[in-house]
Amino acid sequence: MEVGAVSVTAAPPPSVMERGGAARRADPLFKALLTGLAALVLVLIAFFLVFLFTKARIAFAHQGFLSFIFTNDWNPSKEIYGSWPLVAGTLITSAVALVIGVPVAVASALFITELCPRALRQPLTILVELLAAVPSVVYGLWGFYVLAPNLKGAEQVIDDKLGFLPFFGGGPIAGPNYFIAGLVLAIMILPIVSAISREVIATVPADHKEAALALGATRWEMIRTAVLPYSRAGITGGAMLGLGRAIGETIAVAIVIGQSPAIGHSLFSQGSTLAAQIVAEFGEAGSDDLHSGALIACGLVLFILTLAINGAARYLVIRAERAGRSGTRAARAPRPAGGTA
Amino acid sequence: MSNDTLTPAPTAAAPRAAPAMPDGHSMTVRDLHAHYGDTHAIKGVSMGYAANQVTAMIGPSGCGKSTLLRCLNRMHEEIPGARAEGTVLLDETDIYARGIDVVAVRRAIGMVFQRANPFPTMSVFDNVAAGLRLNGVKGVDLHERVEVSLRGAGLWDEVKDRLGRPGIGLSGGQQQRLCIARAIAVRPRVVLMDEPCSALDPIATLKVEELIAALKRDFTIVIVTHNMQQAARVSDTTAFFYLGELVEHAPTDAIFSNPGDPRTEEYVTGKFG
Repeated sequence: MEVGAVSVTAAPPPSVMERGGAARRADPLFKALLTGLAALVLVLIAFFLVFLFTKARIAFAHQGFLSFIFTNDWNPSKEIYGSWPLVAGTLITSAVALVIGVPVAVASALFITELCPRALRQPLTILVELLAAVPSVVYGLWGFYVLAPNLKGAEQVIDDKLGFLPFFGGGPIAGPNYFIAGLVLAIMILPIVSAISREVIATVPADHKEAALALGATRWEMIRTAVLPYSRAGITGGAMLGLGRAIGETIAVAIVIGQSPAIGHSLFSQGSTLAAQIVAEFGEAGSDDLHSGALIACGLVLFILTLAINGAARYLVIRAERAGRSGTRAARAPRPAGGTA
Repeated sequence: MSNDTLTPAPTAAAPRAAPAMPDGHSMTVRDLHAHYGDTHAIKGVSMGYAANQVTAMIGPSGCGKSTLLRCLNRMHEEIPGARAEGTVLLDETDIYARGIDVVAVRRAIGMVFQRANPFPTMSVFDNVAAGLRLNGVKGVDLHERVEVSLRGAGLWDEVKDRLGRPGIGLSGGQQQRLCIARAIAVRPRVVLMDEPCSALDPIATLKVEELIAALKRDFTIVIVTHNMQQAARVSDTTAFFYLGELVEHAPTDAIFSNPGDPRTEEYVTGKFG
């Protein structure tokens, strides 16, 4: 106290609340920089959309917008551009990827979070994550040279036995086909779906798990009663993100789908997807404005499809978070009122 | 009796009445040691829990009372790195013996936790029925058993019109009684309670305490509490723990009026803890 008083009277020092001009200007500058960079992202997206629209307009004008999407005939040599076979191929391969990939991803997430010994947790997590580091062209090559030839026999048997079902019974099966493409996509979406599932499952409160165990639940029953219901919405969101990835995947699919732009007779027929067809025909389209316009229109359809799916995923994840929060809040509510002594 | 005491509790329906159990079930602990990793949390405790009585376990934080409770239905070992050695008898059966199914142990010895933990995605009805469904109890009218259990937990009149609503929509005290209803719905032999009122307000606490007094007619009850008044109000015998050891176990009156050990006296008179 005394010391402070002495120093003030001795010589008026600069107030601690004063700062130099440069330091004061740094903050607004920083803010302007970040705002600009953030705005750049929006500008880029707008630019993409405008670019796609202007380039694709010629194809839409030629074919008609709805006809472009729903006509089941893609024939550039006759200038018929109906992208339905490609849209269908995209949806079929993505659906196969989800049906195969999500259960495996959720199972691996459950194993890592609930069942495996602690020491194995980190190595296994890294291992699953490594799947994401493999370049997609490598997946494509592996699917073409390893999966397709080795699974051919099994596929033929399944196709023959299940011939009475729709999507099966297409006669002799093709090496590259929808199913192989879906299988490769399933492996490719596994890391992201597994990572999100793992995080969601890790948020299940120990309270709920103990409640189930104390009721005499086995480990599997505990997972069924306490873990899965709580994390269902979050896992769905993860699956949607995986779906977004599967829909847009290009190179791997282009290699293993056969690139035949017609809807195949069965799951084991050749086909094509929007992305695969774009990459297949882009070179030959060259200076043909209509053809390249049609391919860009495919890109637009793909863009819209991906956007819609990402939106749905975001909505599901937000809803899951909200449900989780209100759940914990309700459980915690009585806390502050405690104190019974 | 042999190991068959650990088969799921008898399922005969007892309509509109609390389950009748002419012969109560007692528990005995012999030379029990429990560890968390390198921490020796319980150091050779031996004591008994009389049938159809309320046994309270009190002591300062870290004295091992909750750990001991969790050893009584083998929930202790669910914590990573935790283990227990010794003998814990339910009637004549050692629940730590080889060949004993831990799931069956927990079906016979139910548990109510410190924080009410109804399953958040389930309705009131499904919460109470959860244990029955898990155990695959057959030949029981599920609705009747849920009603009997909710009546047993003193909750029926408050929730009978909203059985389909989410369990977490209830108040804190109601949620805790819902958890008690869920625990007794599977007709365990013993009900363990881990500070069941520590998150409740005084009125909700009173209701749970009244419930405990009523429940001991049908179940053997072990309650851990940090609240000595509560122990005095609800229990028949009280055990005082300190630093992982059992200091004294005696009728509750004696513990609070005439404790045998100076440490007990200091604790119950509020000199430490």
